[in-house]
Amino acid sequence: MNLFKKIIPILSAVLAIAVQILVPRSSLHPQSKPYFTYVLIGILSVYLIFFIASFRSKKLNEKLVYRGYFIGGVILFFNILNLLTAKLALLPILYFPSLDRVFGVMAEEYDVLIKCILYSLRLLGLGIFFGALIGIITGICLGFSKSFSYWISPVIRILGPIPSTAWIPLVLISFPSAVSASAFLVGLAVWFPTTLMTSSGISNIQNSYFEISGTLGAGHLYQVFKVGIPAAMPNMFLGLFNGICSSFITLVTAEMIGAKYGIGWYINWQKEMLSYANVYAGLIIIAVLFSVLITLLFRVRDRFLNWQKGVIKW
Amino acid sequence: MVGEIIIDNAVKKFMSADGDEVVALNGINLDIKPGEFVSLIGPSGCGKSTLLRLIAGLIFPDGGRLTLDGKEIKKPDCERGFMFQNHTLFPWLNIYDNVAFGLRARKIYKEKKHNVDEYIELVGLKGFERSYPHQLSGGMCQRASLARALVGHPKVLLLDEPLGALDAFTRMNIQDEILRIRKEHNMTMIMVTHDVDEAIYLSDRVVVMSARPAKIEKVVSIELAHPRARSNPEFLKYRGEILKLLNYGGKITELEYYL
Ligand SMILES: Nc1ncnc2c1ncn2[C@@H]1O[C@H](COP(=O)(O)OP(=O)(O)OP(=O)(O)O)[C@@H](O)[C@H]1O
Ligand SMILES: [Mg+2]
Repeated sequence: MNLFKKIIPILSAVLAIAVQILVPRSSLHPQSKPYFTYVLIGILSVYLIFFIASFRSKKLNEKLVYRGYFIGGVILFFNILNLLTAKLALLPILYFPSLDRVFGVMAEEYDVLIKCILYSLRLLGLGIFFGALIGIITGICLGFSKSFSYWISPVIRILGPIPSTAWIPLVLISFPSAVSASAFLVGLAVWFPTTLMTSSGISNIQNSYFEISGTLGAGHLYQVFKVGIPAAMPNMFLGLFNGICSSFITLVTAEMIGAKYGIGWYINWQKEMLSYANVYAGLIIIAVLFSVLITLLFRVRDRFLNWQKGVIKW
Repeated sequence: MVGEIIIDNAVKKFMSADGDEVVALNGINLDIKPGEFVSLIGPSGCGKSTLLRLIAGLIFPDGGRLTLDGKEIKKPDCERGFMFQNHTLFPWLNIYDNVAFGLRARKIYKEKKHNVDEYIELVGLKGFERSYPHQLSGGMCQRASLARALVGHPKVLLLDEPLGALDAFTRMNIQDEILRIRKEHNMTMIMVTHDVDEAIYLSDRVVVMSARPAKIEKVVSIELAHPRARSNPEFLKYRGEILKLLNYGGKITELEYYL
């Protein structure tokens, strides 16, 4: 049974390759090199390497067994999509280009795309770093200082829900460069959920933790750093997670202002030119970037919060 | 090390949810001698925890004065250790770091490092230093929080139903541990409990409180030598007396009856 689960992805990939080779392309779709086949072969070879290695590593084996259905399912999904577009042309051709062309964009325009990725990463890096940093600091101040909370909470409630597009005019005249303006927008998107989750995390801490630390001789500042922050850490990570989600949502908007490169900018541009194959290629890249970043965040979280194992699950 | 507590006419009022005033303590007078073990016992809601929290400095009286060795109690302090019913160990710290927390907070960890190991061993948790609280049983956590409260050598240890959540055997074991620690370090201990036997087994004096109005009903001095046998006729006499004060006198023959 477990072996079967591990074999599913292989079957699914072989099936997709067979369809790709045996079913003829619909004449409505333009000619293109079979990039989708290359991708499938690539995925299949990488998977096979893991598959073979899994007979030696128990941990890897468990992982593959667990992910078997999922990987197989995803490949099947693309297989069906491929049938509906390139093979049978059942979906509107303009909006649903063939997968060959979507992957073709990545292969043929890689120089532009890599530049775009680097520009976007710089923007995200700046925005997420400052947004998260300031968010955590604001959240801690809100959680611990009554007077800070008295003055600042209403401001946050007003600023938080304003959509980032609405900021564009104001940001354009207040920042010296397009990069700093865009980074501000991304940072703002990260700042809001981080602040909110951090401060709510702190206000939800059991009061007895503070009481007990007082009777152990901890001063106020020591309590902030050694009780408040660690106890609110799970919530901070939740805030960061939400923040990174909204930073990606904001990316496209942020790159509307005077950007020279960037994935968001690329998507905007290609959308206007109605080249949907390029738009999808951009979206796939964003999705991959996002999942890499989130995986990184989870790694960091597991590092910091290994005491949580078995206490909280999320 | 001394640890004399004088409670002089302490009054504490609370606001209830519908805005009425609740008098939780109505003029409590009690002198606790250095090194004495005092138990507070009484019906639920009679203000035992409130009194203990006043002594800890976690809350403040609306009238009267509380002093420790002549100094007025104004804020929580490492002179007065506290232990709650549920262990309140910090879940993000392992047992060692939990026990060392107070020493680190007071910046005396370097000099007193050896105490951490000593107390972990004393409460029988050697080998569990690297475990996190959620990996230990309730009794082990309670031992760890006892070690955490003791390691800074407080003058006074305040215990709010510290063993209430434990099974009878673990409870008796930890009771003996508490007695041993007290003998060794001669610290003042004040414990809230619902268990009449526990109060008699451990205490020099048992303070029986009554609810509405919240005040001290009677202070019973237990004049028995340690170790005390729970089935000794003297012991049972004290038991009957206290149960009677708590209006459970009629049930004195039913030995298994606790509050
Ligand atoms: N923070 C508070 N706000 C309002 N009322 C309170 C507060 N703390 C305690 N009280 C009230 O004071 C009274 C005494 O409470 P306390 O917790 O001291 O009782 P207790 O004797 O410890 O009871 P138990 O044995 O159930 O723990 C109760 O009527 C309670 O409702
Ligand atoms: Mg209580």
